[in-house]
Amino acid sequence: MSRYFTEEHEWIDVDGDIATVGITEYAQEQLGDIVFVELPAEGAKFDKGDDAAVVESVKAASDVYAPISGEVVEANGALEEEPALVNSDPEEDGWFFKLRVADSSEFEGLMNEADYRKFIAGL
Amino acid sequence: MRYLPLTDADRSEMLNVIGVSSIDDLFVDVPAEARLTAKIADLPDHASELSVERHMGKLARQNMVAGDVPFFLGAGAYRHHVPASVDHLIQRGEFLTAYTPYQPEIAQGTLQVLFEFQTQVARLFGCDVANASMYDGSTACWEAIGMARRITKRGKALLSSGLHPHYVSVAKTMAKFTGDQLVYDTPTAEAAADIETLIAGIDRDTSCVVVQYPDILGRIADLSALADKVHEVGALLVAVVTEPVALGAITPPGDMGADIVVGEGQSIGVGLQFGGPYLGLFACKQKYVRQMPGRLCGETVDAEGKRGFVLTLSTREQHIRREKATSNICTNSGLCALAFSIHMTLLGEKGLTDLAALNHGRAVQAAEALEQVPGVTVVNDSFFNEFTVTLNKDAREVARTLADCGILGGVSLGRLFPEAADLANGLIVGVTETTTEEDIDALCAALKEILA
Amino acid sequence: MTMLKEGRPTRPVAVAHEGRPTTTGNKALMLEEALIFEIGSHDTTGVDIAPAPEVKSRLGGLERRKALALPGLSEPETVRHYTRLSRQNYGIDLGFFPLGSCTMKHNPRLNEKVARMPGFADIHPLAPVATVQGALGVIHELAEWLKTLTGMAAVAMSPKAGAHGELCGLLAIRAALEARGDARSVVLVPESAHGTNPATAAFCGYAVEDIPATPEGRVDLAALEARLGPDVAAVMITNPNTCGLFERDLKKIADAVHGIGGFVYCDGANFNAIVGRVRPGDLGVDAMHINLHKTFSTPHGGGGPGSGPVVFSAALAPFAPLPFVEKTDDGYVLVEEETAGEHHAGSFGRMVAFHGQMGMFTRALTYIMSHGSDGLRQVSGDAVLNANYILRSLEGALDAPFAGSGPCMHEALFSDKGMAEGFTTLDIAKGLIDEGFHPMTVYFPLVVHGAMLVEPTETESKAALDQFITAFRSVAERAKVGDEALKGAPYFAPRRRLDETLAARKPVLVWTEPAAAVAEAAE
Repeated sequence: MSRYFTEEHEWIDVDGDIATVGITEYAQEQLGDIVFVELPAEGAKFDKGDDAAVVESVKAASDVYAPISGEVVEANGALEEEPALVNSDPEEDGWFFKLRVADSSEFEGLMNEADYRKFIAGL
Repeated sequence: MRYLPLTDADRSEMLNVIGVSSIDDLFVDVPAEARLTAKIADLPDHASELSVERHMGKLARQNMVAGDVPFFLGAGAYRHHVPASVDHLIQRGEFLTAYTPYQPEIAQGTLQVLFEFQTQVARLFGCDVANASMYDGSTACWEAIGMARRITKRGKALLSSGLHPHYVSVAKTMAKFTGDQLVYDTPTAEAAADIETLIAGIDRDTSCVVVQYPDILGRIADLSALADKVHEVGALLVAVVTEPVALGAITPPGDMGADIVVGEGQSIGVGLQFGGPYLGLFACKQKYVRQMPGRLCGETVDAEGKRGFVLTLSTREQHIRREKATSNICTNSGLCALAFSIHMTLLGEKGLTDLAALNHGRAVQAAEALEQVPGVTVVNDSFFNEFTVTLNKDAREVARTLADCGILGGVSLGRLFPEAADLANGLIVGVTETTTEEDIDALCAALKEILA
Repeated sequence: MTMLKEGRPTRPVAVAHEGRPTTTGNKALMLEEALIFEIGSHDTTGVDIAPAPEVKSRLGGLERRKALALPGLSEPETVRHYTRLSRQNYGIDLGFFPLGSCTMKHNPRLNEKVARMPGFADIHPLAPVATVQGALGVIHELAEWLKTLTGMAAVAMSPKAGAHGELCGLLAIRAALEARGDARSVVLVPESAHGTNPATAAFCGYAVEDIPATPEGRVDLAALEARLGPDVAAVMITNPNTCGLFERDLKKIADAVHGIGGFVYCDGANFNAIVGRVRPGDLGVDAMHINLHKTFSTPHGGGGPGSGPVVFSAALAPFAPLPFVEKTDDGYVLVEEETAGEHHAGSFGRMVAFHGQMGMFTRALTYIMSHGSDGLRQVSGDAVLNANYILRSLEGALDAPFAGSGPCMHEALFSDKGMAEGFTTLDIAKGLIDEGFHPMTVYFPLVVHGAMLVEPTETESKAALDQFITAFRSVAERAKVGDEALKGAPYFAPRRRLDETLAARKPVLVWTEPAAAVAEAAE
């Protein structure tokens, strides 16, 4: 299993043709207290870059993009009850949704963990 | 100028600090060709309190005051007695001259009122939650149609023929631009509301059915069967209440399965005011709260653990979501909500129930008296405090003739439905606790003469 | 002699106060107040209602069978409840309320008195037109003032608030374009716009594109001109803009937009800066809403009701919404659905039930007549003078991003740049609360990080401004040196900082009986 990152501060775990998507520790810290997460429906199909979910803090709503193209196979229902999971454990239990990967070539151009650390250090 | 505190000495001192020589110099960024160098010539100069009050008083006296004459107008705006303390309290400067409570530490007064208001409205309508109010009933009704579209992701709304025609007009105007399909027909002057027709029209493209309760002709229909049918196809039932006092006497729409209940709150605390400002009421089931438009006040605690209130779920609103907002509505009708809430607190359940009983009792008396007038037929079997009669003459003309006799005798269907020739003889007669038996006698006597 | 010693001593003794809480939670004049649901009861009422006549019910068998659980209070309890609550609010009557973009000016009480004249307050919107000629006269007179002050051809009076007015303007623009068979898809909006602008454009079915700003805080004319094309329906501009600056190029922008067949919508929220000095009609504006609750002093009421009439150029006038008032030889006529066919076939329709915010029209007309042409010119002059006085008095103490661009209009923009690590605009705002002021607008406009927008209005005295300047400077100094105590402010308000995260995560929007009380009642 390998983990990729995007410049929009999302992480993607890839396991076979299933990709799990969430937002990074850095992102949750910037957003502050998360109060609500709007998740995509199972079966929703996204192209890379489409709005896939919404994450809300008290004063702002941010879109979460589909980092790669694919079909939603599962959304993390736990976030609906407990949005604070995104703050407390963004890169594990606070995942957003799982996609069936449509085109694995889209992983090219995403960052690995070391590149992402460098990227946020430069912000 | 009595409202401007700066003296000429202040002005020159301040101009010194700024480093310019005149106020006009502060307007250098206005292109010279658009900058007026003197006051606008064809307008009068400032005036004393006395002379402005005199001018406005003269205009006010050119209107026939509802409280001065036998008065039977309703159709979406109702005349009720408002206790004196309501107007006194809403004029306290801390309420009147406050802004939207964005700084909650110094706006707990407004916020607690909104929390109490939301609870009162939710309970009155038989719903789980209510928002902090909207512009008026007609805009709240349109917002409900939009909310049903967002929830069901369908675009066809069935509007009952008993829905206030102004509310229909507003929805039609908006739908032209949003692409919603609205199914609507003008009403017919008969005793039964159009529940059966609505049920027959529901299909899987239907986003919602919008039904007024009591309806524009004053009829009251059980909404339960309609709600069942609507829910069967995954659509929503939107109920519209233009006379909330009715809910002191009849079953709230939420208890009959309505998913969204909206209304006009004017009749409690606000007054007639020639149509505005009024008070949009908006309530719904808990599960739809995040799709609800408008401001919401919620309970929380402060840094010391004391209970307090804040505006919340504001990410739905336009100032944050910009082009993704649930609606473009930015403000509520705060002071009218306050008036409503105070009046409702004074009434309480007991007062509201008694008030509703008195309204209904007077209305029944009026209907019974009018039934005795030759040329008048009462259309309704059921009604709360207004009902429709058909006359043997064009009702719009009759309403004008009555006004000439110093009686505001009802709202003609011709005024509301100018296109519908078969409704031309219809008159909606509203009767509240402010109507006396003498008023009813005066109306009947005048009609006897006019219709003979 | 007699020795009456009752009531001694009369001179206070200095006793150290440990901040001891009171038994009641009250603090002298600051009284805590429970909810009506906690203090009222379902069989108490503060209204005496005559007995209902004995009649046969005609409610159609739908008599209510369940209780509504609406508590009532007697009149004295009601008066006390709301009086106590009112004292937990800040209002213009109490002090300086420099909320940028909101124009919190004095609300004259003559306006209130006039609005309550029975001839205005107690008339029905559907009364025969012959019986409400005075009311129609008010609408007509106010409409004439608004048209003359803005130099525009027509005005729609019915919109209920500013955002509703924007909607009215955009709908007229869309109707005008459709009437000439010219569907367009894009509305251009500056980044600094009020959030309502893009929300409204999107609602009307347009894609929204941002217009960039120049470094000095104005619309970038070159960038705008480069973007204009046959797909652009309208440009929405706020003038003066939300950075408090006059859009010098508005006429050029309007000419360019008209050149490609588009329309110019002007957000008139900031009309107070230019009333009596600039007519938007002279700048090529096609539609502009006027917030009567800002420029023309109708009260904000803790969040409405507002009123947002929209003035139109001759090009858009035929598309204005119903209803409106026309003056004829036989008096005033109300143009509604019935007569619209003949007079106003192009109207895009009705936006509200009835005729708009009559109660606000009477107040606004009273205000306008009180000031007159000369007074309104002085209003904008003093409003701009006060803002510039604040800007120049504070620019040394605070970052003022556009202070170098010349004079500001009626609001002065500052930012939290230069504060100690971790200290932001929010802390300064809360510090000002303790100093007895309502804070300025915070975090708006979005184009300036940590923005603080100060709008003093013309109804503040120099002494009030000086006191505010001193307080603002001292709070900013505390933020600069990192005074930790500031992070806990306010200390003296009815509540300390409130937990907005808790409110949003688990929304409690209505009162419910505490579980314990429910259980007790069941026993």
